[in-house]
Amino acid sequence: MALLEVADVSKIFPGVRALDSVSFTLQPGEVHALVGENGAGKSTLIKVLTGVYQPDGGELRYQDQPAQFGTPMDAQRAGISTIYQEVNLVPLMTVAQNLFLGREPRNSFGMIDRGRMDREAREVLAGYGVTTDVRRQLGTLALGAQQMVALARAVMIDAKVVIMDEPTSSLEPREVQTLFGVIRDLHAKGIGIIYVSHRLDELYEICDAVTILRDGKLVHTGKLAELERIKLVSLMLGRDMAEVRREGATAFSGEGTGDESAAPVLRVRELNSRHKLHDVTFDVRPGEVVGLGGLLGAGRSETIKAIGGAYHLDSGEIEVDGKELKKPTPVRAVKAGIAVQPEDRKAEGIVPGLSVRENIALAVLPRVSRGGFVSDSKIDEIVDRYMKRLRIKASSPDQAVGDLSGGNQQKVLLARLLATDPKVLLLDEPTRGIDVGAKAEVQSLIDELAGEGLGVVLVSSDAEELVEGSDRVVVLRDGVVVGTLTGTEVTTEDLMSTIATEAHREH
Amino acid sequence: MTMTNISGPETPAIVAEDVRKAERTDRIVGTVQRQGALAVLIVVLVIALASFPNFRSFDNAATILVAAAPPMLIALGMTFVIITGGIDLSVGSLYVLGGVLAAWASQYGILAAFLLPLAVCGAIGLANGLLIAYTRMAPFIVTLAALLGARGLMRAISSEGSNTYLVQSDALRKLGNGSFLDIGYQVWLVAALVVIGMVVLARTRFGSSIYAVGGSEDAASLMGVPVRRTKVWVYVLSGLLAGLAGAINAAKLGSGVTVLGTGMELDAIAAVVIGGTLLTGGAGTIAGTIAGVLLLGVIQNLINQVGNLNSNWQQVISGTFLALVVVAQTYLVRLRRVT
Repeated sequence: MALLEVADVSKIFPGVRALDSVSFTLQPGEVHALVGENGAGKSTLIKVLTGVYQPDGGELRYQDQPAQFGTPMDAQRAGISTIYQEVNLVPLMTVAQNLFLGREPRNSFGMIDRGRMDREAREVLAGYGVTTDVRRQLGTLALGAQQMVALARAVMIDAKVVIMDEPTSSLEPREVQTLFGVIRDLHAKGIGIIYVSHRLDELYEICDAVTILRDGKLVHTGKLAELERIKLVSLMLGRDMAEVRREGATAFSGEGTGDESAAPVLRVRELNSRHKLHDVTFDVRPGEVVGLGGLLGAGRSETIKAIGGAYHLDSGEIEVDGKELKKPTPVRAVKAGIAVQPEDRKAEGIVPGLSVRENIALAVLPRVSRGGFVSDSKIDEIVDRYMKRLRIKASSPDQAVGDLSGGNQQKVLLARLLATDPKVLLLDEPTRGIDVGAKAEVQSLIDELAGEGLGVVLVSSDAEELVEGSDRVVVLRDGVVVGTLTGTEVTTEDLMSTIATEAHREH
Repeated sequence: MTMTNISGPETPAIVAEDVRKAERTDRIVGTVQRQGALAVLIVVLVIALASFPNFRSFDNAATILVAAAPPMLIALGMTFVIITGGIDLSVGSLYVLGGVLAAWASQYGILAAFLLPLAVCGAIGLANGLLIAYTRMAPFIVTLAALLGARGLMRAISSEGSNTYLVQSDALRKLGNGSFLDIGYQVWLVAALVVIGMVVLARTRFGSSIYAVGGSEDAASLMGVPVRRTKVWVYVLSGLLAGLAGAINAAKLGSGVTVLGTGMELDAIAAVVIGGTLLTGGAGTIAGTIAGVLLLGVIQNLINQVGNLNSNWQQVISGTFLALVVVAQTYLVRLRRVT
């Protein structure tokens, strides 16, 4: 008997089929891995299972009964608990209050029995390896401990299904082992677990079954042990292992433009950031496109943000053109010649309500203003130059960027980056969400820019784009550089096998 | 800035020491946050007792308490509202409206003199709560509208504020001016309500919900807290308490004075924040609010004692206090987060 089952579930958002008749079955006592790259539909599926979204088609069955969860609370009451990636507890309340919120033990007068609540909280948490004072504010605990409290709470409400969305992303190695201990207990009790993670080692250590989604479709489901790592990675990334490398599927020329002997324009040494980056080291030479490969959560975006001064680093060295960038902040990074195109163009990049001209001018204001006054003619000159150079299609420089197509928005963003006269261009998913034609244009622009001597770092979830666009690919896994592909190794096969290699457990 | 704790075993002793240190800092900071206003109140009291002979009398203490009774009720309601992360600007208007309604209704007896203002102000509070909880409009705007509306209503029923209703009920007047153990009845009433408020906030599920809603609304709703119901109730409570404060003030003055209450909501907010409640919600205590109200009351009283000082200086001093408290709180919250 299946514990939780969806059959042919679809979910449609304006313009996107987030789930396209996906079926999924969870057995009691099963630890089921749910994997897929960005936009594969994992989160949507979880939201359908937990009552956040209503499916547009298909059926949801829970304990062999047709089920419908109108709200997250309905799902919770039925015994489906979710632990979100971001801890969803109340930081200002005590640990014990968080654990018992809504179910506080009460005395005969109906008053909350604080003593009993604290005592029981201590007992419960001890089982999860958390031995802190339960009267402390939750927010003062380390993230790992907070995650454990969330897990304890989820399991306490008589959960029959526990959904864990990247539960280990903020945990330290020994906390991960504690978590796995708890998962094994749950497994023994017959509780079904849906485990979302991109850490392959973890999946193979703890999961029984796997379901792989890609572009909203089910691509594979079955026993995990029977699935080779390389096969798992290729299914996730959507590349057939046997598929021959095709030339010219993307608009990249494929020719390396880097000068092997030139001094690197960007030197990155041993970047460390708690939990996320460990000793990340690589060089970019002028005219070279260096790809950062790896699965979601491997530390690619973090690396780019860290170099751009927008992500906390515990240690590490960054050199631009031989000059050290000390204590990077976004302002210092721009001054040093680093331009970052963030992953989420809408949230972190363009200002949709402003015009093309204003968006481009944002970056150059310090350069074209004198004594606080802005020179309009200089801005016009720069805007005109980049609109022509990047072939931005807008009715006029005064058109609002929000009204442009995705591809043109991306070009405006690129124009803004280029207007700062960078030496290094860091691009995080430069072609995501833009149509095929615009994609090709952006890709050939990247090639051109590298050809002019810029150092480019490229992150792309599209394996093909990454491989064809890059002269070299630095492969990351769990924040560690696990390999560098150069020359003829720069192929999707080599990329996937590097990602799939088993990690050495160092602890 | 080193990475020693990413991989490799740590010696448990160091971990334990770290944890102990973090817990100690947390406790100290938490205490300062909760008891800061009380400490300042004590310091001010000690200075006042030492330097103002007139301050040092039982009568004066009783006067301070009687004067603080209505603001205390309003601040009590405001504490609930602010802990949920909201704000109630309507209470000053509800206070004066409650007073006028109580004075008018006193012709039908003392019971009517309480029930009418409670019913009207409670209903306005309910409207505030429903709008805020169900349409997700900003509390600031909703209660600002109620402030204007309630003041308009008060002026309409008192012919532009020129018609002052006298309290007709002897029982009500007696309640406003009589005393038990030489302390005004209203002080006892307020004290009882404050104790009930403390129990509700600290020891009931409704109280927990209030903290949870203010601490993180999204998390609270995911954890099954009735977010909307909680919000509606705090505004109802705030309205009821403001109306009651108006009624007991009318009882004391013997009439429904129409020119009161302007800016009262801001005094209440100031008292609550000085008392250690976070304006962003999620943390705060009624004990802190009591200290905040008394602190403002004592400062007012002291300025009256000095005599030759313009009473507007009270506002300068309260304002300065408020600024200091907010700065200190921001710092303390940050300190707690880092540990």
